[in-house]
Amino acid sequence: MSFSLDAVGLVHPNGHRALQGVSLAAAGGERLAVIGPSGAGKTTLLRVLGAALRPGEGSVRLLDQAPWQLSAPALRGLRSCIGTVHQSPPIAPRLRVVTAVLAGRLGQWSALRALGSLLRPSDLPGAHEALSRLALEDRLFERCDRLSGGQLQRVGIARVLYQRPALLLADEPVSALDPTLADLTLQQLVRQSEATGATLVASLHAVDLALRWFPRIVGMRGGQVVFDRPVGQVDEAMLKALYA
Amino acid sequence: MSASFAAAPPRCLRCWATALAIVIAAAASFAWLAIDYGALFTGESLSLMGRFIAEFFPPDLSAAFLQKTAWGALQTLAVSALGTLLAAAGGALLALPASGRSGAWVQGATRFVLNFLRSVPELVWAALMVLAAGIGPFAGALALALHTTGVLGRLFAESLENAPRAPERALAQSGSGAVAAFAYGSLPLVLPQWVAYTLYRWEMNIRMATVLGFVGGGGLGQLLYFHLSIFQQPQAMTVLAAMFGLVALVDMASARLRRDLGPAHA
Amino acid sequence: MTDPTALRDPAARRRLVGGLAALAIAWPMLQLAGFQPAALFGAGNLQVIGGFLAGFVPPATAPDFLALLAKATLETLAMATAGTALAFLIGAPLAFVTTRALSRSRIGPGPGRVRAAALRQCARSLLMVLRAIPEIVWALIFVRALGLGPAAGVLALAITYGGMLGKVYAEVLESTDTAPARALLESGSGRLAALCYGLLPNCAQELTSYTAYRWECAVRASVVMGFVGAGGLGQLMDQSMKMLNGGEASSILLVFLGLVLLADALSNALRRLLR
Repeated sequence: MSFSLDAVGLVHPNGHRALQGVSLAAAGGERLAVIGPSGAGKTTLLRVLGAALRPGEGSVRLLDQAPWQLSAPALRGLRSCIGTVHQSPPIAPRLRVVTAVLAGRLGQWSALRALGSLLRPSDLPGAHEALSRLALEDRLFERCDRLSGGQLQRVGIARVLYQRPALLLADEPVSALDPTLADLTLQQLVRQSEATGATLVASLHAVDLALRWFPRIVGMRGGQVVFDRPVGQVDEAMLKALYA
Repeated sequence: MSASFAAAPPRCLRCWATALAIVIAAAASFAWLAIDYGALFTGESLSLMGRFIAEFFPPDLSAAFLQKTAWGALQTLAVSALGTLLAAAGGALLALPASGRSGAWVQGATRFVLNFLRSVPELVWAALMVLAAGIGPFAGALALALHTTGVLGRLFAESLENAPRAPERALAQSGSGAVAAFAYGSLPLVLPQWVAYTLYRWEMNIRMATVLGFVGGGGLGQLLYFHLSIFQQPQAMTVLAAMFGLVALVDMASARLRRDLGPAHA
Repeated sequence: MTDPTALRDPAARRRLVGGLAALAIAWPMLQLAGFQPAALFGAGNLQVIGGFLAGFVPPATAPDFLALLAKATLETLAMATAGTALAFLIGAPLAFVTTRALSRSRIGPGPGRVRAAALRQCARSLLMVLRAIPEIVWALIFVRALGLGPAAGVLALAITYGGMLGKVYAEVLESTDTAPARALLESGSGRLAALCYGLLPNCAQELTSYTAYRWECAVRASVVMGFVGAGGLGQLMDQSMKMLNGGEASSILLVFLGLVLLADALSNALRRLLR
């Protein structure tokens, strides 16, 4: 099992209930899309899957481990095997693209190598390869604050591709991209999952993209999983009910 | 007709009472110090002062002494540079706990240390450092380092607190160690500000370094103190002129640099 | 598709050159500044400073020392207050002469403006010269001329702070609304009246605030000047340190820190009082 959530519930500190009785599991190499209206809890779900949020109810198992029972170094090791594409790329603006991409493997590098790479990038070919998959290799040495929103989003994805995680989580990975680039990007994410056997979970606003690229669709609404079906079994009526 | 008359009488009374208290305090201070100003301004003492001042001119402009003075000026610059560099490193190290990254208790303790370093004047530190490292420029550099660490540490910590945490958190979430997450996530955000603060403090430290020599901190200050102690006024005058010239030069250079780099410095 | 082995970081060369340049400057700089961390741990020095710091606890509380301490504290306070007062007497008239807000000849412009401008420039240059030399340098010279004691410190403060007060007063007077003063000058009133009735009501608070801040700085400067013989807490601490008396030094340090806090509180109270 790549991950399994069992009756997970979460209430934010401000009292808002984000997740309620969520049970979800996937085997290694599976690809699922999470869809639903705004506020359905998709981001919270992905953060729980990324061992960034600890649920108040239920149990979580990620990559065959219980993350919140681990020691700090073990948790760090687990986290370095999970890659998250964030909704708005959390990248320091003055960083160059090459450094931002190489930051994907910080979890696997020693502190010395990490600091050295700031001065002299320690894996130029690797960064170049990750960026070329997203048609950004000509921006290798640019500063991130000189990029457009869509380009910056792709840099964030390149970072996760470079990381080669066993569990790939993507929170609205193509929200700032035009349809052509959105297709290219999702294609690359799917290819990565096929090539490395990583599990891919993506939350998407564009339902058509979800239906086109993912064999399994999970619908969320109001913090609960409304349906969890193979794409062939998802019909108009279910989608309408979801977004009503 | 005018708003100034709208001030209520009780407030005005407070102002007058405060002004009176200040005048009394000043008068009491003069009285307490019991400085015999009369004796200071008699014809005899004035002519003595005049002769004392005249002994400063002409300044010693021999090549050998000018070389010595130039060396002293370079030493002062070196002292200020080393002190500021050490302080930047120390400040950066202490800024991390002082910004709350390791918990509230550590933050309080670190802030206390930084405040203490800042409150003790550089000259007092210099006197202490002379005991620890012997007379000479290194004591001056250490004194500047200690005091300026307090100043820069607090400025650095404040800029860290104001910087967004998202980049660093995202890196920690993907398994990065604390040092690497900081270096890739938060450091690029605050580095321009940190450099600006450090350069500004270096400018002020050059001024400070010139006088630290008075208690043994090397450079032009020590030279001035030495020559005044053995009543060699002409040499002292040369050193004074060098101090003045150094500060003026630094002022001009920094004004020029600020104009050139200005807001375009990203 | 670029051949990955041909990738070169454009910033690499610049960083390498910069790094080498920094090293090239760092080495002579360290030599000049006498960088020798080993000196800190040399047996002799370590003994000296270790013994001195060990004496910090407990701080000296012998009654005759405390009496000396009290006297020195009062002397420092008196030095700072007297020095600031003298600085006011020097700076205020100079500001009166320098400030353009009270210039009668600029109205029009009228007669005598060249002479007035020249006079203002002279006064401004005088203020700059007064400010140029740090007060501790003046203190060192005056101690040579007048002997040890607070007189040197008072005069040093008077000169340097006079220059600072004069400059800031003039700027404050120019930056407030000068229309009332101008109106008074235009209707023929004297410059002093124009100051008191036209400018002061608006900027008295700011002027007092800066003066209070200067007084606070004077307290700290008085302690520092004591190290070159100008009396007060500084001279006492210098003596204690020369005798390696850690207990006395720590008492004086504590009193100094308390004094700084007190001065800060007093000056804040004064500023709040006038709001």
